[in-house]
Amino acid sequence: MRTKRLAVPYLIWMVIFTIIPLGIVLYFAFTDSVSHAFTLENIIRISNYMPVFINSIWLALISSLLCIVIGYPVAYYIAGRSPAMQRFLYMLIMLPMCISFLLRTMAWVSLLDDTGIINGFIRTLGLKPLPLIRNNGAVILGMVYNYLPYMIMPLYTVLIKMDRRLIEAAQDLGCDSVQVFQRVIFPLSIPGILSGFTMVFVPAVSTFYISQKLGSSGTTLIGDVIESQFKAAYNPNLGAALSLVLMILVFICIGITNKFSDNDEEVVTI
Amino acid sequence: MKTFNRVFTILVLIFLYVPMLVLVVASFNNGTDPAVFKSFTLKNYRSLFSDSVLLPLLINSVIIAVLSAIISTVLGTMAALGIHSMGPKLRSATMAVTNIPLTNPEIVTGVSLALLFAFIGTTLKINNILGFFTLLIAHVTFNLPYVILSVMPKLYQMDPDLREAALDLGCTPIQAFFKVVIHEIMPGIISGAMMAFTMSLDDFVISYFVYGATFVTLPVEIYNYTKKPLQPKIYALFTLMFIIILLMMVAMNILQARDLRLSKERKMALNADRRKAV
Amino acid sequence: MSKELIRLVANTMAFDGETVLDSIDLSINDKEFLTLLGPSGCGKTTTLRIIGGFLTPTSGDVFFDGERINDLPPHKRKVNTVFQRYALFPHLDVYENVAFGLRIAKVPEKEIDDRVTEMLEIVSLKGFENREITQLSGGQQQRVAIARALVNRPKVLLLDEPLGALDLRLRKDMQQELKKIQQTLGITFIYVTHDQEEALAMSDTVVVMNRGRIQQIGTPEDIYNEPKNAFVADFIGESNILDGIMLEDRLVKFFGRKFVCVDTGFEKDEPVDVVIRPEDVDIVPEKDGQLTGKVTSVTFKGVHYDTIVDFHGFKWLIQTTDYYPVDSIIGIRLNPDDIHIMKKSEYSGLYGDYSSYSEEYEELNDPDLFPEDISEEPQELSQSAEGEEAGKDEN
Repeated sequence: MRTKRLAVPYLIWMVIFTIIPLGIVLYFAFTDSVSHAFTLENIIRISNYMPVFINSIWLALISSLLCIVIGYPVAYYIAGRSPAMQRFLYMLIMLPMCISFLLRTMAWVSLLDDTGIINGFIRTLGLKPLPLIRNNGAVILGMVYNYLPYMIMPLYTVLIKMDRRLIEAAQDLGCDSVQVFQRVIFPLSIPGILSGFTMVFVPAVSTFYISQKLGSSGTTLIGDVIESQFKAAYNPNLGAALSLVLMILVFICIGITNKFSDNDEEVVTI
Repeated sequence: MKTFNRVFTILVLIFLYVPMLVLVVASFNNGTDPAVFKSFTLKNYRSLFSDSVLLPLLINSVIIAVLSAIISTVLGTMAALGIHSMGPKLRSATMAVTNIPLTNPEIVTGVSLALLFAFIGTTLKINNILGFFTLLIAHVTFNLPYVILSVMPKLYQMDPDLREAALDLGCTPIQAFFKVVIHEIMPGIISGAMMAFTMSLDDFVISYFVYGATFVTLPVEIYNYTKKPLQPKIYALFTLMFIIILLMMVAMNILQARDLRLSKERKMALNADRRKAV
Repeated sequence: MSKELIRLVANTMAFDGETVLDSIDLSINDKEFLTLLGPSGCGKTTTLRIIGGFLTPTSGDVFFDGERINDLPPHKRKVNTVFQRYALFPHLDVYENVAFGLRIAKVPEKEIDDRVTEMLEIVSLKGFENREITQLSGGQQQRVAIARALVNRPKVLLLDEPLGALDLRLRKDMQQELKKIQQTLGITFIYVTHDQEEALAMSDTVVVMNRGRIQQIGTPEDIYNEPKNAFVADFIGESNILDGIMLEDRLVKFFGRKFVCVDTGFEKDEPVDVVIRPEDVDIVPEKDGQLTGKVTSVTFKGVHYDTIVDFHGFKWLIQTTDYYPVDSIIGIRLNPDDIHIMKKSEYSGLYGDYSSYSEEYEELNDPDLFPEDISEEPQELSQSAEGEEAGKDEN
C-alpha cells in the first residue's frame, strides 16, 4: 500500500514543470505585457493570424492524410512478415526518428534546392530546373517525411495485435481477401489510424523549422509566429495567447479522434 | 496486392533513407556542394574533430542526455511502481498528467517552460536563469512520460505473486524490489533509459526555448548553423551520429529479442509439461 | 488434538464496499492439515492472504500462537506460502530459489547448503540444483516452490491451489506426496482448493466456504455424510435434494410417503431439506419399490451409469452399476441411513434438482474460465469441481 508514495516525487515534478507552466501560459495570454493587467487584447489580436492558422491546419491535415495513405500499406506489409523480419523492418522505420530532424530536413534542402542535387541532375539532362523548394508542396513533403514513422508505428501495433482467428472466421463465412480487408481488418485498424493521425497532426501543425527551411514567406505556419514572438519580436503575451489557441486546437483534435476510437489507451505505444 | 505492398514498402524505405544517404555521401565529398561529388576525402571528419565549437557542444548534449536519462529513469521507475499500486481513479488521474507532455505540441511545452523559468528568474531576481539547469529540468520533464510508459507494461506483465513470494520469504519491501522486482522490469527500465537518452540527445524544439548562452546543446547550435549555408563538417557529424544511433537501436533490438525469447521459453516449458502429461 | 496455532476472530474483508469475507471465525490447530474449500470468489484465497499477511482484514483480529498479528508484515510472520502459479524467481536457478529465504535471513553459507540439499532431496529434485526455472516442467516447478517455502521451517505452510495447473495424474501423485511431507515434517498446512475430491483426500479438517461465509467445518467424513445445508451437500459430491416434512424424530415425509430415517432433533412438522446421495439409492423391480419412476436418460461413466429418473416430475440422479434403458419403469428403496435431513437454509431449492441435467454438467465449472481472484465478483457456481479433471482428461 505504501508503494503508492513512490509516485509523489514524480507528481510534484509534474505539477511544477508541467501544470504550473501551462497556468503561466494562461496568465500571460490574458495579461498586458507592461501593466500585467487583465486584457483580451492578445486574444483579439490572434484574429490577425487567422490565415496562418488555417494554412497550418490545412498543410498538417494534408500531410496526415498522405501519411495514412502511405503508411497503411507499409504497416500492413510489415505486420505480415516473420517475427524476425518484422523487428528488422520496424527498426528501419524507427531509425530515422532518432536522428536529428534538423539535419534530415537540411538533406531535403540539398536535394530540392534550385541548385540542389535533383535540379543538378535535371540540368545535366539539358532540361529546365524545377521549382522544387519554397512552396507548400515542399513543406508537405517535409512533414510527411519527418512524421511518417509516427503513423506507421500505431498502425503496425494495431495490425499485429489483431486476432488472426477473426480473419479466419471471416474467410470461413465466405469473405474473399478484399472483403476480409474491407469488412474486418480495416474497421478493426481504425483506432490505429486515429492514433497515428494525432501523432502526425500534432507535431505537423505546430512545426516551425520545416516551414522555415522548405517553405517561403507565403508558407508561414503558426509555429513560426510563436517562435518569432519569443525569439525575435519578444511579445511573450501574444506568443502565449497563440500557444494557448494551438494547445486548445490540438486537444480538440485529440478529443475528436478519441471519440471515434473506443480503446484509445491501448494503441499509443512508443 | 502483396507484391504491391512489398514494392511500396521498399519505395517508402528509399524515401526515408535517400536524404540520409545524401548526407553520408556528402560527408566524404571533397567539395562544398553536395550536388557535385568531387572526390573522396576524410577532411570533413578532420575538421570536425579539430572544431573547437562543435565538439564541446556535442559533449554538452551528451552530458544533458546522460543526466536527464538517469534522473528521469529513477524518478520514472519510482513513479511507475507507485502508479501500479494506485487505485483505478488515482491512476487514471496520474496517467492524464503523464499524457500532457506527450500530447502537447513540443513548442507549447517549450514556451510554457520558458515562461516558468522567466517567472522564477524575475521573482528570485536571478539574471540569466536559462542555462544548464533549465535545460536539464526541461529534458527530464519530457523524458519522464517515456520512461513511465516503458516500465508500466513490464509491471503489468510481471506475476504479482513474485513480489509477494519475496515478502513471504522474509524480504522487506525494499529488499523485495532490489532482489526480485527489478530483475523482472529491467528490460522496461533499460529501454526507457535508452529512449530518454536518444530523445534528449536529439531534442531541439524544447531545448531551443530554454537554453541560455552559458550552455548550448548540439541540435540548437546546428539550428543556428543551418541558418547559414551548411558546412561540410556538419555532414560528417551527422554520419557519426547516424552510426551511434544505429548501434544503439541494434543493441535495443537484441535486448528485446532476448527478452522475447526468454518469455517464449518459459511458456514452452509449461506447455511441454502439459503435453507430456496427457 | 494438539493446541491451537491460528485463530481468526470475526474477520471481515471488503474491497470497494463489496464484502468478500463476512465475519469469519476460524481456529487452526498445530500440525493440522486444514483445507479451505469453495467455488471461485467464496473468500478462501482472501482468508489465506490474511493469514499470510498480504491483506489486513477490514475488521476482526488474527491471532498466531495467542498473539495478535493483524499489523505484522508478511516478512515477519513464521508462515510461508506456495503460490498458485509457483511465483518462482525467473532470474535465479533452482538452488538459489530455494536458498532465497535463508539468504535473506543471513543463515551461514554451510547451513544454507545443507538445508537446501536436504530439502531438494525431500521433494525429489536432487541433481536439479543448477537448472534454470524456465527449463523445468510444471510439476518440477511445483516441487521447487514447495521446497523454497519449507526450507525456512515455517510453523505454517499456506498453499494456494498449488496443484491447479497440473494435469490429473500428476496432481494425484502430488496430493499423496504433499500429505506425506506434511506428516513427516509435522507442519501445519492450510490448503486452498476448489476441488472437493482433493480436499476430501488430503485434509484433517475441511472448511467449506461460499459467498464469504463458512458453511461448514468438519472432517472429510462429516462434510460428506452430514452436510449442513444444500450448498455443502451439492458442492461435495452429487446430491438429490428434496423438500420434506419432519413428522417426528426418525420419520420424514416426502413425495407423499413416509420414510424412516436416523435424524433427530427437529421440530414436529418442520419443513426440511432431504439429501439422498445418488450412489445410496437401491434400484428394485417396480412392484418392490417405495417409489417408482421412469428412466429419462442414461450416461455411461465408466464405473457406473448416471441414470436420471423422473419421480412425479422431480428428476433424481442415481448412480448404478446396472443398466436400465430409457423409458423403463423402476422402483427404488431407501434405507434409513441413506436419508440425510438438513435444516432449511438460504440455499434451499437452489441445488439438487437434476431436471435440467445434461451430460455437459461437468464442464460448467472449468476453473480456467473463472480463475480465483480477489478482485473478482463472487461467482455463483454450484457444480462440483470434477469437471475440470474430466475435461482435461479428454484432451
